Amino acid sequence: MSLTQIEIQLIATVVAVACALPGVFLVLRSMAMMSDAISHTVLLGIVIGFFIVEDINSPLLIAGAAVMGLITVSLVELLNRTRLVQEDAAIGLVFPALFSLAVILISRFAGDVHLDSDAVLLGELAFAPFDRLVIAGSDVGPVALYTMTGVLLLNLTFILIFYKELKLATFDAALAAALGFSPGLIHYGLMGLVSITAVGAFDTVGSILVVALMIAPPVSAYLLTDRLTTMLGLSAVFAAIGAITGYWVAHWLDANIAGSMAMMLGLIFGVVFLFAPERGMVALAQRRARQKWEFAQAALTIHLLNHEGTPAAAQENRVEHLSHHLRWQPPFAAEVVQRAQRHGLVERHNGYLALTDDGRQLARETLMLAT
Amino acid sequence: MELWSLLQDLLFDYTLRTVALGAAVLGIVSGSLGSFAVLRRQSLLGDAMSHAALPGIVIAFILTRSKFSLVLLLGALVAGWLATLLMTAIVRYTRVKQDSALGLVLSIFFGFGLVLLTYVQRIPDANQAGLNSYLFGQAAALLQRDVLAMAVLGSAALVLMGLFWKEFKLLSFDPVFGASLGFPMRLVDTLLTTTLVIAIVVGLQAVGVVLMSAMVVAPAAAARQWTDRLSIMVLLAALFGALAGVIGALISSSGSGLATGPTIVLVVSAIVTISIFLAPNRGLLWRWIVRRRNRRRLRVEAVLADLYTLATQHENRYHAHDAVVIRTMRAGQGGVAHTLDILQERGLVRKEDESRWALTPDGFREAQRITADMQE
Repeated sequence: MSLTQIEIQLIATVVAVACALPGVFLVLRSMAMMSDAISHTVLLGIVIGFFIVEDINSPLLIAGAAVMGLITVSLVELLNRTRLVQEDAAIGLVFPALFSLAVILISRFAGDVHLDSDAVLLGELAFAPFDRLVIAGSDVGPVALYTMTGVLLLNLTFILIFYKELKLATFDAALAAALGFSPGLIHYGLMGLVSITAVGAFDTVGSILVVALMIAPPVSAYLLTDRLTTMLGLSAVFAAIGAITGYWVAHWLDANIAGSMAMMLGLIFGVVFLFAPERGMVALAQRRARQKWEFAQAALTIHLLNHEGTPAAAQENRVEHLSHHLRWQPPFAAEVVQRAQRHGLVERHNGYLALTDDGRQLARETLMLAT
Repeated sequence: MELWSLLQDLLFDYTLRTVALGAAVLGIVSGSLGSFAVLRRQSLLGDAMSHAALPGIVIAFILTRSKFSLVLLLGALVAGWLATLLMTAIVRYTRVKQDSALGLVLSIFFGFGLVLLTYVQRIPDANQAGLNSYLFGQAAALLQRDVLAMAVLGSAALVLMGLFWKEFKLLSFDPVFGASLGFPMRLVDTLLTTTLVIAIVVGLQAVGVVLMSAMVVAPAAAARQWTDRLSIMVLLAALFGALAGVIGALISSSGSGLATGPTIVLVVSAIVTISIFLAPNRGLLWRWIVRRRNRRRLRVEAVLADLYTLATQHENRYHAHDAVVIRTMRAGQGGVAHTLDILQERGLVRKEDESRWALTPDGFREAQRITADMQE
C-alpha cells in the first residue's frame, strides 16, 4: 500500500463516519430525504458565497453552504405550512429549483472557476490526496483529511453535548417541548450539522452519494438494535467497513470510489436485510412458519377440548375427521398431529386423539387469550 | 419582432424544433403521470426512480453496445422498476420508513450505476458522451430519433393511463374502497408505478437524473392549486409541463450558459410559485383576501350587535351612544371609528353629533337578525 492509498482510505473512512452520525437522527426522525435536498442545495450556498468573497478556497463558502442548507429546510417547512402541497412534494419542489439556479449561475458567471457540476454531483475521492495542507513550508497531509476530521469532531461534540436533548426530541418531541427543551432549536441545530457535513463531504464523494453515506449505515443498524447508542456505534462501524471495502473494490475495478463505497454499503444493508436476527427476512420467514404450526396445534387442542367427554367425541376426535372439520388437507392434518404429539399435547389411542394435561392447558390458555 | 423570430426559429430551426418538441413530450408525460404521484404522496418516488435508472442504462449499454435510445431507456425502465419493488419490500417487511427506504435505494442504485459507468468508460470503444447525458441531461443534443423514442414510450404510458383511468383514480383517492369493489389494487399499484417509471425514463435524456424529479412533482403541484377535479388536474399538469418545456428550451437557446435542463426546471418552478400565490380559492393571495373580508365582516357585525345591546337597554331604541362606550364594549380592539363609518355608508347607523351614534330602523332590523343568528 502506498501512502496515497492509505490517505484515501483514511479520508474515505472519516467522511463516511462523519456522515453516518447525523444520519442516524435523520433516519429516526423520518427526514432521510432532507439529506438529499440539502446535499444538492449547498451548491447554491457555495456559488453565492463565491460571488461575495471571490475566493474559491475561503472557509466562508462553507458557512454560506451551511446557511443555504438551513434556508432549504425552512423553505420546505414554509411551503408545507401553506398546506397547499404535501411535505414530500415540498422537498421535491424546493431542491431542484435551487440546484438548477446554482448550475445556471455557475455556467453563466463562473465558467472559469474550479466549480463544475460534474464534480459536485459525483466527487472524485481519488484526487483528494493531491490537495495538500502545507504549514510553515512543510507538508502535513491532505486538506480533505483535516476538514473532514474537523467535521467529524464537530458532529461528535454536538451529539455528545446534546445527546439527551437529541434523544428526547427524536423519540418524544412533545415531552421535549413540555420539559422546556426547544425541539425547534434542536431540529435546526441538527439540520445545520447535516448541512456542514454535506458541504465537507460532497467535495470528496459528491452530493448524491452523501445521501448513501448518511442513510445506508443507520438504516442497516436500525434493523439490528433498539438502543440509540448501539445504533450510533454500529452505524459508524458499517460506515468504516463500507469505506474501506469500497475503496478496494474501486481499486480492483478501476472505478469511481464513492460509487463503490455506496455499493458496499448497499451490500451491507442487503446482508442485514436478509439475515438480521429478529428483523431480517430469513428470521421473519422462520417466525411465520413456526407461528403457522403453533397456531394449528392450538386449534387442534381447542377442537379436542370442545368435544372432550361428549358423546360426539368418538366421532369428532378421529384423525381422519380433522380434515373435514377444521378444513385441513390430510397431509397438513397429519403433520399437525405429529407435531402436537411430539410436543406432548395430544396422545393417540388406536385412531382416536386424546388431550394430555399440557394440551388441555394450552387450549384453555389460548381460549382465555382470545376472549 | 423578437418574439416573431423566436417563433420562426421554433418552426424552422432543426435543433431548436427538436429540443422544444422533446421538452414538450417530456412535460406532457411527466406532468400527467406526476399528478398521480403527487396525489398519492409519492412525489419523491420520481427522484428515487430517476437515480435508480442509471445502472439499468449502463447495463443495457454493456449488454447491447447500442447507443440507440430505446434500448437504453428499456434498461432504465427495468432498473427503475426493480428499485421500486425493492423499496416497497423494505417498507412492507421491515420497520424502515418510506423516506429512509427512498434515500437508501436511490443512493445505492446510483452509486452502483456510477461504478458501472466509470468502469464502462475504460472500455476503449465506449463513447461516453451518450451515457453521460443521462446524468445531467443534454436536451440541446437531442436528435430526432431520440424525440421519437421519447414519444413512443410516452404515448405507451399515456395510453395505459387512459385505459386504467378509473382504477388509477380509485387507487389515488380510496384504495380500500377499490379493493372492496374487487379491483386487484396491488396489481393496479404496480401498473401505475410502471407508467411513472416510463414517464421518468422518457425525460432522463433531456433533463438528466437530478432534475427529472422536478418535472414529476412541479407541474402536478401547480395544477393541483387550480382545480379539485382529477381529469382537469392531469390536463393542466400536462399543459404546464409542456409549456415549461417549450419556454425553457426557447430561453436556453437565447443565451449562453443557460443549460436546457435547469432552465426548464426554473420555468416550471416559476409556474408553481405563480399558482401557489394566484390560484383562485386555494392560492395564498386569494386566501388573504377572503380572510381580510371575513375579519372586516366580523368587526362590522360585532359593532352593530353592541349598538343593538345598548338600544335594547334604552326606552328609545334610536337613542344615540358615545363611540367611547362602543370602544369599551369592544374591549380595546381598534378600528371602531372606521367600522362606524362603514356602517353609516350602508345606512345602518346615523351620526347624531361629533361623537355619538345611533341605529337607523334598517340597522335595528339587521342587528336583530345578526343577534338571532349568533344565538343560534
